[in-house]
Amino acid sequence: MAKRLDIKDLNLHYGKFHAVEDVTLQVQARSVTSFIGPSGCGKSTVLRALNRMHEVIAGARVDGKVLLDGEDIYAPSVDPVQVRRTIGMVFQRANPFPTMSIRDNVVAGLKLTGEKNKKKLDEITERSLRSANLWEEVKDRLHKPGGSLSGGQQQRLCIARATAVQPDVLLMDEPCSALDPISTLAIEDLIAELKKDYTIVIVTHNMQQAARVSDQTAFFNLRAVGEPGQLVEIEETGKLFSNPNQKATEDYISGRFG
Amino acid sequence: MRTDTADVEQPAADPAFQYLSLGRKLKNNAATVVFTAAFLIAVVPLLWVLVTLLQRGLPPLLNADWWNHSFYGLLPSDFGGGIYHALVGTIEQALVCALFSVPLGVTVGIFLIEYGQNSRLAKTATFMVDILSGLPSIVAGLFIYALWITTFGFDRSGFAVSLSLVLLMLPLVVRTTETMLRIVPDELREASYALGVPKWKTILKVVLPTALSGIVTGVMLGLARIMGETAPLLILVGYSRAINFNLFEGPMASLPLTVYTARKTSTEAGEYRMWGAALTLVLLIMLINLLATLISKFFAVKTK
Repeated sequence: MAKRLDIKDLNLHYGKFHAVEDVTLQVQARSVTSFIGPSGCGKSTVLRALNRMHEVIAGARVDGKVLLDGEDIYAPSVDPVQVRRTIGMVFQRANPFPTMSIRDNVVAGLKLTGEKNKKKLDEITERSLRSANLWEEVKDRLHKPGGSLSGGQQQRLCIARATAVQPDVLLMDEPCSALDPISTLAIEDLIAELKKDYTIVIVTHNMQQAARVSDQTAFFNLRAVGEPGQLVEIEETGKLFSNPNQKATEDYISGRFG
Repeated sequence: MRTDTADVEQPAADPAFQYLSLGRKLKNNAATVVFTAAFLIAVVPLLWVLVTLLQRGLPPLLNADWWNHSFYGLLPSDFGGGIYHALVGTIEQALVCALFSVPLGVTVGIFLIEYGQNSRLAKTATFMVDILSGLPSIVAGLFIYALWITTFGFDRSGFAVSLSLVLLMLPLVVRTTETMLRIVPDELREASYALGVPKWKTILKVVLPTALSGIVTGVMLGLARIMGETAPLLILVGYSRAINFNLFEGPMASLPLTVYTARKTSTEAGEYRMWGAALTLVLLIMLINLLATLISKFFAVKTK
């Protein structure tokens, strides 16, 4: 079940470094939200804070609230492991588990949390690989290592792996930055399909990609190097790219930045 | 009539690239000579040792009795008999040592990389492991003698040897585990966390399997190294010419101890035993190194 996200007054730190300042935004269920902005503006950091991956880094700190259908994922009683189960993530670089086969990679999240029913795992393997548009390419070699696939296939494998645990929200951190245009297109098509079932937040450096795939776009910026990143504006994608509210957004999307 | 191609073959200007100068050729040749000579100087003693070992140690090994008999009932001057008792001792002592060192060392390595990071405890542990890895084997032997035999009152035994070998093998296992865990990319840990897998399970099912090949290789190489240790044996266990399977009681032979004991008896048979045992030890260590290579290939992360 897709759920909505409400981010309220989010402040993120790495040790003493204030990385992101006062972010407040909403993400609707079954929609795609893009985060764009220059390097170092904190968009990936915000994304990682949405499934409590930010705190994995030593010294990292989170202030503020992230509500998943009204429930604060940073409430003291909440187990971060369960949060990550509910809010999945796809990383910039495809990272299939090198010791596992294609099939085991897909169902890794289930197997490692105790699911043993082979028939069920096989069903989920096929369903997840189909939804990642990878089934036809790998169905005859499911027992081969995940590392034997091409870069684009590996990234789709990672998406299949993330959807196999049926999260409510799918976070994607520049999922196409290491891929060629054809694999990128395959993943963008996939995002459009996944939108029917999932809430998706995607960080991208590619503004055309943001324009193509997302319903709303958030532009992040930082005043200067060393200053915290901020959310400049969040707007319906068509409006943000054609008629942004802020001068900084217009400068950035038209390439007149800095 | 001149064609265009003829023009291309004629250089239009002075060539941009000069011939290799004589000075550089000479320097290159001199360097080649120096490096080749250094290689030969390093290799000659190694080959010499191997040739001597094979020349003198091979005859006893070709006798079938060598592999399944002991020296029991034979005088120091008698030829014949075999090394079985010493093989049993060396292998038992090394395996029991591994039984303690491997679980302990791997656990410490996991703590240092996955949990300790920069905590004070981890820094202290790293420092201690550093000290331990520089510990002379005779000191390890003396320490166990003082602790196990003088303080606790146990007899000298093969087990005491195993304990002293643990002190020598532990730092090797910790180091190997640390190094191998450190090269597992953080991306894999994060990928696992992002699927809602708890940290302990991530370590057990994702991190360790990825590092397994290297850890196993390190353990095997550590095992090969401690098998040749002699100093603790001289202090902690008596030599026996008979087969003794019991690590906790009585004198127990081992390959280094056999070499040492046989050398003290200045008979021709003693020399025969000494070289035979020495070559057997080298072969055993080579076998383990070979096994380490095979095992590391078996556990290696596959990409096809």
